Amino acid sequence: MPERSTLLRVEHLRKIYESATGDVEAIGDISFTMNAGELVCVVGPSGCGKTTLLKCLAGLLPPTSGLVEMDGSPVRGPSPAMAVVFQEYGRSLYPWLTVRGNVELPLRHKKLSRAERDTLVTDAIEAVGLPHAARSHPWQLSGGMQQRVAIARAIAYQPEVLIMDEPFAAVDAQTRADLEDLVRELHTTRRISTVFVTHDIDESVYLGERVLVLSNSPTRVQEDLAIDLPPERDQLTTRALRRFTELRTHVYDQIQRAKLGQVAPQSAR
Amino acid sequence: MTPYAGEPVTPYAREVVSGSRFRGAGIRIAAGFLFAFGLPFLALVVWGVWSTRSTNRFFPGPLTIGEAFVDTWVGRAFLDDVLPSLYRLGLGIVASIVVGVAAGTVIGLFRWLRELLEPLLEFFRAIPPPVLIPVAMLLLGITDSMKVVVIVSGAVWPILLNTIEGVRATDSVMTETADSFQITWWERLWFLVLPASSPRIMTGVRQGLSVALILMVISEMFASSSGLGYRIAYFQRNYLIAEMWSGILLLGLVGVLLAVAFGLVERRVLRWYHGMREVTRA
Repeated sequence: MPERSTLLRVEHLRKIYESATGDVEAIGDISFTMNAGELVCVVGPSGCGKTTLLKCLAGLLPPTSGLVEMDGSPVRGPSPAMAVVFQEYGRSLYPWLTVRGNVELPLRHKKLSRAERDTLVTDAIEAVGLPHAARSHPWQLSGGMQQRVAIARAIAYQPEVLIMDEPFAAVDAQTRADLEDLVRELHTTRRISTVFVTHDIDESVYLGERVLVLSNSPTRVQEDLAIDLPPERDQLTTRALRRFTELRTHVYDQIQRAKLGQVAPQSAR
Repeated sequence: MTPYAGEPVTPYAREVVSGSRFRGAGIRIAAGFLFAFGLPFLALVVWGVWSTRSTNRFFPGPLTIGEAFVDTWVGRAFLDDVLPSLYRLGLGIVASIVVGVAAGTVIGLFRWLRELLEPLLEFFRAIPPPVLIPVAMLLLGITDSMKVVVIVSGAVWPILLNTIEGVRATDSVMTETADSFQITWWERLWFLVLPASSPRIMTGVRQGLSVALILMVISEMFASSSGLGYRIAYFQRNYLIAEMWSGILLLGLVGVLLAVAFGLVERRVLRWYHGMREVTRA
């Protein structure tokens, strides 16, 4: 068996929102595969259907056509193999539950003993660095801490893929750097396969082992870029590397080209 | 459309309420006491002074009424009239909450059901419940269940309609979160839908309480051989004016106690909600 097997396969995914005023094509044709243990960043110009792609991956939206396959079987709805971290942490955490209660909630219907469940919850809360806040309510915490709770909830669920939808778009730059390092750390220590959707080019290059650049609508994969930076990353040194700058410039170029591709008459198809 | 949705929670605003809570607590309690009871006391004094100068026998002074209050309600009448009234009121309130929240949750969860029932509900809500008393008497006789039915027929509406609205307005991201983690139906109801709509449900219950008190009195005035409403109507017909006023006083006290009890429950149930609003406002 190869060390890295295909975990997620997306083939000719297409999503059209039908509405009375006319159909909107959110995703044109996307295909890619992802191996187990990979950290893939999806980046693209705003409004290119990143969130739609993510919801299709997570089984929250049915694709119009095409296929999303997880471990060889098609995704037809939300599955225990996936956990989503939403951008709006304030609306994704339940304010009437404590931090612990929020992390524990998705585990209730899993067939686990009380002790196993407790261990998972405690472990997840410790992994995101919030053991002191376990009994607080989410609204008593800062934005960055709330997003940590959402991440803890996702990893306690023990998914095969962690799907993150612009999770740090609403926090300040300092907190953002800390949370990026948390994602890197969780990925290296636990080998959690992660799809990380972002609009931030630097973030995608800093975090990812691979960056999928999406084109403007109708959305395709503009480029599938391997990030050949050393696995040990650090906010100061990694971002100062020449290779980092090159990659970031490259992704930036691709996105600019993707934007222009909209003007060019269907040249890419 | 929930009031807390989308409002950014100020970073580092945690522990906003713990620091200054106990400082000067004594002064604050004293001030609170003064604020709460100062005006009623003043009104009582003014009334007392005014009644010494008045000879109108329909408006006796506070002392006369106070005397009548003790004579009338302390002792047997408490068992014969006050307890049955409170029993009907309590049963009516509990039944209204159970029916209102249960039906409201089901209706709120299904859009088609909501659209189907809304005109009918608006119609039934518009009917003043006292007109149902003769009908209820005919169907159920002059019984406790008749009075409970009348109470429920009025008090259930604010609870029902607020629950529908609260359930309907459950935040979409919270629902999507529940979807993505495959939360089961019961968990969803217990950990998402009901808590999310609890602020609206409590608003409905608060309105329902005052309606219930009114209907308790009216149903007893119509047809009863016991109860506060019956006793007050009896005093009115027999020109026992001071006794009648003492009954009205007792009704007011019941209402106040009801509000206090509700406030205690609400503070417990909605602690997260008030806490969150405090943080958001800070």
